[in-house]
Amino acid sequence: MSEKKKQRMYDQDVSGDGLHSIQKVIEPPRETSRPVIKYVLIGVSVLFLFVMLILPLIVVVVNALSDGWAAYQEAVLDEYTVKALMLTLLATVTAVAVNTIFGVFSAYLLSKFYFRGRQVLASLIDIPFSISPVIAGLVFILTFGNIGWMGDFLKAHDIKIVFAVPGVVLATIFVTFPFVFRELFPVLNAQGKDEEEAAALMGAGGFTIFRRITFPHIKWALLYGVILCTARAMGEFGAVSVISGHLRGKTNTLPLHVEILYNEFNTTAAFAVSSILVLLAVLILIARNLVEWKKK
Amino acid sequence: MYVEMRHIMKTFDGFQASNDVSFGIERGCLAALLGPSGSGKTTILRMIAGLDKPDSGDILINEARVNDLPGSKRGIGFVFQNYALFRYMTVADNIAFGLEVQKKSKAEIKSRVEELLELISMQDLGKRYPHQLSGGQRQRVAFARALAPNPQLLLLDEPFAAIDAKVRRELRTWLREMIERVGVTSIFVTHDQEEAMEVADLVIVTNQGRVEQMGTPDDICLHPETEFVADFIDTARFEALRAVEGLKQ
Repeated sequence: MSEKKKQRMYDQDVSGDGLHSIQKVIEPPRETSRPVIKYVLIGVSVLFLFVMLILPLIVVVVNALSDGWAAYQEAVLDEYTVKALMLTLLATVTAVAVNTIFGVFSAYLLSKFYFRGRQVLASLIDIPFSISPVIAGLVFILTFGNIGWMGDFLKAHDIKIVFAVPGVVLATIFVTFPFVFRELFPVLNAQGKDEEEAAALMGAGGFTIFRRITFPHIKWALLYGVILCTARAMGEFGAVSVISGHLRGKTNTLPLHVEILYNEFNTTAAFAVSSILVLLAVLILIARNLVEWKKK
Repeated sequence: MYVEMRHIMKTFDGFQASNDVSFGIERGCLAALLGPSGSGKTTILRMIAGLDKPDSGDILINEARVNDLPGSKRGIGFVFQNYALFRYMTVADNIAFGLEVQKKSKAEIKSRVEELLELISMQDLGKRYPHQLSGGQRQRVAFARALAPNPQLLLLDEPFAAIDAKVRRELRTWLREMIERVGVTSIFVTHDQEEAMEVADLVIVTNQGRVEQMGTPDDICLHPETEFVADFIDTARFEALRAVEGLKQ
């Protein structure tokens, strides 16, 4: 490593910006062991990735196109597929928007203020990570369904949540809400509150402080959280499957649509629709890497 | 008295940080709050700044009770222990921040920033970011930033703690000269007796949330009033220090 680069890393580290110090840890040590071990490890990793990731992806693409381009096109442009895609995008955009706002607020609250029950609140936010999505779906059915706690109230006001679009959106929000918070919290926590206090002492209001002090600090972590949240929201199956009722053209998201097609032995169409999800995933992966690269 | 604390009490989660703290500081004075860590000196400073609220007692600045006045309306400048420079702003933007918040005109801000950069001899470094500066330079920027809105009172929390020992002495002299030049009433917190004795006109010794003694450095060293002060202040070292200074002159 050049002197200049070392100096730069040192400088970044001094900035106290937790993100950059990670870079240092990942910096590989000089080669101390025999090259044989290196190549064996590389071989194992590549083989594992090939079997677990590359091969399935190839299978998806090959199967999707096995009946030719026309069949693929037909499956992808099918009315129900397009509707499922639209619903997936609607659920994703809503979930990401809601969780971004919630994530910023909660991370700011838990990192800058001290109050009783702070730890409890932080643990509560992690519940969707530890709970099975299927249970999350069931919880919503038991809360908002016909026999649920709020069933009578919702019926009286003619509001449909279970087996309807709002349920799908709610389930997606639930499953993905820790992502933005989890990305922001450590960054905000590491920053401390001196800079905000300094700005407040100079008479800056809350919004000015957020815009000029806090936001520049968290923007990459925020974007990263949004990307992770998007990826998870688009792929969500369990919770949505329970609450949606699988109404084709109404409450079917893309992952659910894939399952239905597959169960109907319509393999080519199932793989064709899967390929849309794969494409979206690849786009997200590219965005993620761009952000990581930019963060450095 | 420009700053006055009257019977201040403060507890944090059952920890008594201030126990009947009373003292006064004259206008133009450079005072040091000296004490071991956990003795409550930073708490006193933060309460004067309005960053913490006392449980009871009165804080007066310029004869007016300021307990319920937000820190930003108290006419103070604050230098944080780790300077708390805005890391995503340049040196010039850091210094300008307080003036921008006060909605001063662009021209006024520009000339004030230039004036302060000159005061801290960093005219050419206005476009740098905090992480590109040395510890001593950061301290100077923090000082300039605190002074930018022309505060009547400057508060400094352990201003030399984050600086390595070699440059610390140099910076002490620098800071003392600067404060004299600007003529702003100042209070700084330190746990280093040598620092307090060398820099301050008035030393307030704190211990376990109480004020043990206040007086000129000579007073405190030569006539300690309590056992704690006598223990805490290394009189022999102080006399040696004064002797060396005497020889130099």
